[in-house]
Amino acid sequence: MSNEWPLFEVFIRGQHGLSHRHVGSLHATDAAHAIQNARDVYTRRKEGISIWVVPAAAITASSPDDKDALFDPADDKVYRHPSFFDIPDDAGAM
Amino acid sequence: MSVAGLIRLGDNTLVLGQRLSEWCGHAPALEEDIAIANIALDLIGQTQLWLGLAGAREGAGRTADTLAFTRDAWDFRNLLMVEQPNQDFAVTMMRQFLFDAWHFEALRALKTHDDAEIAAIAQKSFKEVTYHRERATDMVVALGDGTEESRTRMQGALDRMWPYAGEMFTTDADDLTDMVALRPHFDAHVMTALARATLTCPPSEFAHQGGKTGARHSEHLGHMLATMQVLPRSYPDATW
Repeated sequence: MSNEWPLFEVFIRGQHGLSHRHVGSLHATDAAHAIQNARDVYTRRKEGISIWVVPAAAITASSPDDKDALFDPADDKVYRHPSFFDIPDDAGAM
Repeated sequence: MSVAGLIRLGDNTLVLGQRLSEWCGHAPALEEDIAIANIALDLIGQTQLWLGLAGAREGAGRTADTLAFTRDAWDFRNLLMVEQPNQDFAVTMMRQFLFDAWHFEALRALKTHDDAEIAAIAQKSFKEVTYHRERATDMVVALGDGTEESRTRMQGALDRMWPYAGEMFTTDADDLTDMVALRPHFDAHVMTALARATLTCPPSEFAHQGGKTGARHSEHLGHMLATMQVLPRSYPDATW
């Protein structure tokens, strides 16, 4: 049996940020405790105005073994970037 | 004559802040270590405000630093509870819970003090202490209503700390608000939390006294001050 508290992943939305960003992880006994710990560990220097915590066990991650199959095929498909179009001047900044 | 009352508030936050900082690097979990250090720093920050105002009002040239570092134990006016040694995590958390419950009510009363500077410090501190109280309360409930081991330790901590709670609700003319009037609110919060924590409050109303009047500090305060004051007393002109 492990004596470690469960692991939580922490997401913080910054003062001017639009979305929550992953900032790290911590241990806590439950979600409410994780919010308190996240407040103390990750927002001491005014880093954020909103905190999400997610049990690390609830996250399904892609396998590093699948890296070639998942990501390499995108390498030679530059045409998927929208950089081959002439943008009319009156469209303004994109 | 608010100086004596300001010194009481500042000495409470100073001594407890120093006690909590003793945990730095030693707490049972990294997250708790950082949380305790944060709370210690909040309390030291409040000390700068309370003792700074006390020094200014006194008008004798003393600053928050000189009040903190050049007075001896018999000049301190903190509650006996906050100078008690940390012992284990259970005692530290129980002491914090009881102190925060009183501190929260004291600051809530001081937020509307007629003296604008006192009210301003109380308003700033109240936000911090609202979080301190929430965290300590959750911890007492979690550990009290936890394993057999944690429950036994928390009940022992309560039995040990309860005789120091009564002094918080003694009052005299030096206090900036009537401390007796805070008791019903304190009891409501503490008794609710202790019930959730499955802990039993000792029936005795006996209360150790002599901290806030300076009449009888425990031997622990002098040892703590020796550690806290040694550097500025040995090197009075040190800067960093």
